[in-house]
Amino acid sequence: MNATIEKVSIIVSKGSLEGIYPALIMANGARAEGIEANLFFTFFGLDAVTRRRHDHIKVATVGNPGLHVATLVGALPGMPGLMTSYLEHKMARLDIPPIPEFIEMISDSGGGIYGCQASCDLFGITKDDLIEQVQGIITVGEFYAMAAGGQIIFT
Amino acid sequence: MPTATYAGQAVSVDDEGFLTDPGQWTEEMAAQIAKAEGIGELTPRHWQVINFMRAQYQAKGTGPTVRVLGKTSGVTIKELYQLFPKGPAKTAAKIAGIPKPRGCI
Repeated sequence: MNATIEKVSIIVSKGSLEGIYPALIMANGARAEGIEANLFFTFFGLDAVTRRRHDHIKVATVGNPGLHVATLVGALPGMPGLMTSYLEHKMARLDIPPIPEFIEMISDSGGGIYGCQASCDLFGITKDDLIEQVQGIITVGEFYAMAAGGQIIFT
Repeated sequence: MPTATYAGQAVSVDDEGFLTDPGQWTEEMAAQIAKAEGIGELTPRHWQVINFMRAQYQAKGTGPTVRVLGKTSGVTIKELYQLFPKGPAKTAAKIAGIPKPRGCI
């Protein structure tokens, strides 16, 4: 048997669509392979698990060279919404779930969902502000204890 | 190509142990493959998923992903992981004698 990965702990620090999806795909893919997976949302990544924001995640249209849209054009009003709708449409065609449904799916598959204590303190966020799938707001020490013996991925 | 023997018959498998020719599979092989995957006994709920996997493979030429299973097999994602803790789509495909489903979601 070749080498295997038994556990991944993925830190999500960005609040953009392209910052959040890769982490969700990796966590979901880990569970599909029978690998234990935990998601730890910190800083702007908390938007992905914040009730009033998780359904309004936008792609970054400024400072994002890979999008191939000129910065000044990307800064026009409505551009983030427009580009996000376009991408969401393309993803729906590939049967990639929207962020809220994706996180629910990861949670249902046994993946752990956690918020970062320091970030919640910084933004004045409490457990009530977060979606029900969040199992707890934990400290960095608790995160390391949970991640012990596995791989840590920072996105 | 490697072979494995299930229910007294030699079948061709890939490096991960998935049958390469689903036509070689018989229902009698399922229990033995399941046991090797750490599943003690196949319940009717397991069979619902296994039969769904084979039907999907026959219809589409590829096994469904966990997301598709959760939406269309009649078994929820939560229950799928209870039935097949080491990955529902992957484990059920192996037991059902079809190739491993590919796909990132």
